Amino acid sequence: MPDLKTIPIGAAIGLFLTVVLVFSAVFAQVLAPYGLSQIVGDVWEPMSAEHWLGTDNLGRDLLSRMLYGAQTTMLIAGLATALSFSLGAILGFTAAVIGGWFDMILSRLVDLLMSIPTLIFGLVVLSVLPSTVLTLILVMGILDSTRVYRLSRAVAVDINVMDFVEAAKLRGEGRGWIIFREILPNALSPLVSELGLRFIFAVLFLSALSFLGLGVQPPEADWGGMVRENKEGIVFGIPAALIPAAAIAVLAISVNLVADWILNRTTSLKGGRGNG
Amino acid sequence: MAKAPASAQGVGKTPDKLLEIRDLKIEATVYPPGEAPKDIVIVDGVSLTLERGKVLGLIGESGAGKSTIGLSAMGYGRGGVRITGGQVIINGRDILKSGIGGLRKLRGKEVCYVAQSAAAAFNPAHKLMDQVVEAAMLHGVANRAEAEKRAVALFKKLSLPNPEVIGNRYPHQVSGGQLQRVMTAMALCSEPDLIVFDEPTTALDVTTQIDVLAAIKDAIRDTGVAALYITHDLAVVAQVSDEIMVLRHGKLVEWGDTHQIIREPRKDYTNQLVSVHRIEHEEKTPGDKPLLSVKNVTAAYGGGVVDVLKNVTVDIHPGQTLAVVGESGSGKSTLARAITGLLPPREGSITFDGRTLPAKLADRTKNDLRELQMIYQMADVAMNPRQTVGTIIGRPLEFYFGMRGAERDRRVAELLEEIEMGKGFLDRYPAELSGGQKQRVCIARALAAKPRLIICDEVTSALDPLVANGILKLLLNLQAVENVAYLFITHDIATVRSIADSIAVMYRGAVVRYGSKSQVLSPPFDAYTDLLLSSVPEMEVGWLEKAIKGRRMEAAGN
Repeated sequence: MPDLKTIPIGAAIGLFLTVVLVFSAVFAQVLAPYGLSQIVGDVWEPMSAEHWLGTDNLGRDLLSRMLYGAQTTMLIAGLATALSFSLGAILGFTAAVIGGWFDMILSRLVDLLMSIPTLIFGLVVLSVLPSTVLTLILVMGILDSTRVYRLSRAVAVDINVMDFVEAAKLRGEGRGWIIFREILPNALSPLVSELGLRFIFAVLFLSALSFLGLGVQPPEADWGGMVRENKEGIVFGIPAALIPAAAIAVLAISVNLVADWILNRTTSLKGGRGNG
Repeated sequence: MAKAPASAQGVGKTPDKLLEIRDLKIEATVYPPGEAPKDIVIVDGVSLTLERGKVLGLIGESGAGKSTIGLSAMGYGRGGVRITGGQVIINGRDILKSGIGGLRKLRGKEVCYVAQSAAAAFNPAHKLMDQVVEAAMLHGVANRAEAEKRAVALFKKLSLPNPEVIGNRYPHQVSGGQLQRVMTAMALCSEPDLIVFDEPTTALDVTTQIDVLAAIKDAIRDTGVAALYITHDLAVVAQVSDEIMVLRHGKLVEWGDTHQIIREPRKDYTNQLVSVHRIEHEEKTPGDKPLLSVKNVTAAYGGGVVDVLKNVTVDIHPGQTLAVVGESGSGKSTLARAITGLLPPREGSITFDGRTLPAKLADRTKNDLRELQMIYQMADVAMNPRQTVGTIIGRPLEFYFGMRGAERDRRVAELLEEIEMGKGFLDRYPAELSGGQKQRVCIARALAAKPRLIICDEVTSALDPLVANGILKLLLNLQAVENVAYLFITHDIATVRSIADSIAVMYRGAVVRYGSKSQVLSPPFDAYTDLLLSSVPEMEVGWLEKAIKGRRMEAAGN
């Protein structure tokens, strides 16, 4: 494991903020002073001791909605990332190991998907399908998995021609062993840092969808949707829309800092324990 | 052609001493995982002097610090290495004190460098001539026309083909041996006082090496330049140098003139290096029934036009060793790929223990695969860097014999014992082993399958001579104990002598000579075998001239 004593300051800040955000998302139910859709005051009340971040366009406590929103945002983004990674990595590795027509068909399909702008594709699909959390996760996961597929196929093609993989093939090992035991452990470093970046893209994608009204549906809270709900307040000098926007930015930057640090530490194929 | 000896420039300042290194100390910082960075000493208190026009050979195993010392003569530390003590005096001044500007004036003018891999050292985007004359022009030694004239003369001296026009080619358009000679011409072009040769022939085939060696030797003699010649091959250095310095772990072991070092070494370590290839191996007579027989195999890559293997027929008998020799590109490794099924042959058949093996790997049974194991040249990429030694050796046991738990661990321990490594290595990762240990683990992995035949693809070529010797002895012992047969692929005749029972000589995809060891290695020879045998450097002063004179066939690629 990376040594916490030698962690650079940027990564330390990123790690701290990420941990705080994830912690508040996980324990939203405990931490939130009010309910999710409980109307507790006037519309757009300023910050006060009672309502730390003020209230929103319907008079709900903004802090509570921020916490619940963090939960929804991170849950959907996290599950979508997990889906895109499992799908993209397994298909990418399989394509690299099998090669030939399988690789060709799969890669061209992915090219096809990638040639359509993700947001537009997402908008079209989501306006047809019912907007539930499950569809959101599936659509986001599948669209994102094309990127993961590209990366993991590229990494696996390199590893696949190394002598130790050939030795495993000569031993008669099946594809499962070659993919999961020979290739995966050696491809993990670039994939792990990519994981952080993909998670952030998922958060941004979800926020964009919600902002456009196709993501998480009211009364559920999520950060992108909260920006949309409160955006009219900006012209009146009310910061309610800026707070979730800032939260998205902070999460994006801090996860990026951590991902960069991991990438820096693990960009060797040397293997063994840890990396120097 | 005639060129004034380079030493003429410097005469008067110091009449004989060109290079003097005093008490050189070189350090580097290492970053071990989980520990604080620390400094290690790479070269410790080495001193040497070199006279004008003389050649000093620096020899030692990898990690002996020979390249590091060679580069210090240019004031250069490679890869974060720092010169922390001592003096390097060239033409009477200490270059370590001259600052970066002074070093720039020195490098490429007074001291030039010839790298191990010319293919990697040349810029692929520029023509050879532009690169050869660059240093001479930059240092104002000559203008472009003069420098080109000089380069052409050098090309001629180094017996490159078409010396007038070869400079118009790009690096990828000439062969490896030619490129190495062009690099020597580049070093000589600015008429330096000293050239540092860093393993200039190590990456070449023996048949090519001899030409390059002869060319370098002539060029050194005719131009009167002094040289530091770095190599790990004592027989090579014996041909070109006047004196030899033996190094180990960054310290001087022995320094003397060439004859003394190779005939009367005073130190044990030197003696070991000199006598390294003397393994006596009694040839076994072949049995009645071969274990593996390859019949009329022809194979090509990618269903292609060019046959890489042409009608190859060889037999391997149980418990014996067939050595396949030849230069790179002769199809040795392709033969191994055809036998293992990685490259299904276009024609011909492969019979193993009386049954015909399916051509494709996917069609073979688990037992076919088990009985035929393979060991690779590069042990470090032949093992998964994320698996421990225990997993690497244990996997064939699980896979072929279904061994689990304690039974498997016991067998792994036995195998580690057999390859002369202890149980302590069980939890090590490949990155934590030395080169020789890695190769031993690969041997254990092959043995774990209880094979009848092991294909050894250049298994000792990447190792230092002493370590390679240990591996060969181990393989011979294991053969005696386990009665396993080897198909031993190598380009090194000395290795063949110590391990083979029968030999197949390959040339451009075909077997040109095949038979028992004594038959193949005794005259009369065919032209190619003669070239191959006569090209192997012998540890004898004056061998090179004799060998060149006695040749009947030109080496390929020249």
